[in-house]
Amino acid sequence: MTPALLPLVRPALREALRGRWLLGLMLGLMLVGELLLRFGGGGPTTLVSMLDVVLILTPLVGLVFGTLQLHHGREFTELLLAQPVRRTRLFAVLYLGAAVPLAAALAVGVLAPFAWHGNLGGAGAGRVLALAGAAVVLALVSTALAFVIALAADDRVRALGLALALWLVAAVLWDGLLLLVAMGFGNRPIEVPLLVLLGLNPIDLTRVLLLLGTDAAALLGYTGALAQRVLGDAAGRAVLGVLLTGWLVVPLVAARRAFVRKDF
Amino acid sequence: MIAAHGVSKRFGRRQVIDGLEAEVATGRITALVGPNGAGKTTFLKVLLGLVRPDAGCVAVDGHALDGSAAYRAAIGYMPQIARFPAYASGRDLLDLLRALRGGTEEPDLSLAEAFGLGDGLDRPVGVLSGGMRQKVNAVLAFAFQPRLLILDEPTAGLDPLGCRILKDRVLAERAIGTTVLITSHVLPELEELADDVLLLGDGRTTWSGSVHDLKVITGAVTLERAVAGLLADRPMTGAGR
Repeated sequence: MTPALLPLVRPALREALRGRWLLGLMLGLMLVGELLLRFGGGGPTTLVSMLDVVLILTPLVGLVFGTLQLHHGREFTELLLAQPVRRTRLFAVLYLGAAVPLAAALAVGVLAPFAWHGNLGGAGAGRVLALAGAAVVLALVSTALAFVIALAADDRVRALGLALALWLVAAVLWDGLLLLVAMGFGNRPIEVPLLVLLGLNPIDLTRVLLLLGTDAAALLGYTGALAQRVLGDAAGRAVLGVLLTGWLVVPLVAARRAFVRKDF
Repeated sequence: MIAAHGVSKRFGRRQVIDGLEAEVATGRITALVGPNGAGKTTFLKVLLGLVRPDAGCVAVDGHALDGSAAYRAAIGYMPQIARFPAYASGRDLLDLLRALRGGTEEPDLSLAEAFGLGDGLDRPVGVLSGGMRQKVNAVLAFAFQPRLLILDEPTAGLDPLGCRILKDRVLAERAIGTTVLITSHVLPELEELADDVLLLGDGRTTWSGSVHDLKVITGAVTLERAVAGLLADRPMTGAGR
């Protein structure tokens, strides 16, 4: 992001902040966090519960609103494209205008309850910050994927349907698929297929990356338990980090390319 | 100002523009007319770089369109449908366009004053009436000293006084040498503005020339009757396809 983009993104930020849905999302997250902290005991399980909320909610919101935003603003985008501005630059403006407010709302919504319960100083602070970081990364990834979908499907309803289907597969059905594969492999080594399946799902990648090295890994279903064994060292983490970065970069490059070539 | 040679564009199986040849003279007001589906909007989008032609070449103000963006600094574009982000005010939009244009030009707000928009520029466009929004749309198009104005149905939704003010501004722009390309379904609207007519049909130029010549050829008194006369002479077999 070059500094010259800032004055362009600012109106989009202001626009997003005046929209109420972001505020609602932020307050909703705060409420969930508050309830979990108040009644969940405040231990590591609270963090894991909050992580689950973030992992389910963030991709859904990012995919749906990213898709809608690009389609909804279509006529306005045409007006902006009629200005003396390169399409690559305008793409950056549109993407940042959609992803940054979402990421910010999620980060604040996640952090605030932990902050006012005094969990942001001290030993557990790193974990909480990592959770907020996960929300931010997933917001960026899902918005990029939403842009790919919105640019590929000109029909708004179809684009929304694709976005929801992608969310359903990645957030809900994937762990079941993993379990099926694992069972199918029986006693044979399953490290490689597990890694492949993990790499194919940014939500699982984020989850495993966050839970590695914590006792909570075993709590979190099949993926978590196995990943702890296979990927628990620094090299494993590095691989996961690279894969997750790929999930941001590849869709962004694809969406940018589609945007530059598109007829409006 | 504009020269198009052999421009073609196909969307799926539909040949929207088919070997279009067209010229738009500098410093004159050209009315772009034609039946629905003739390719008017696509032609405008080609000029703006929104649509890339499959074949042919287009030059605007001497710059051949090759995917670069700088030539659009000279263009003021007023789209047919003005859908702005609901929470942005006219002033936010002006700021945005100013930033997109490099942030050096101060916007010219004289049209807003002529419209008597007042604090309409400071209110979110979402709460404005359709007519007010169209006025904001016009203000944006005229704000940055355009040398070429592309106006797509500019008077749609404007009240008679608003129409009058907008037309006066278009004439004033011509007086300082601005080239204007304007579409409207209401031909009498164009009567007092247009110097030239560019009539499209089936993605080609059916007729182009001055309004005066058109009236002489067709023997008609008004622009509307003249264009209707041309259309009757050469029925658009594929119109509305």
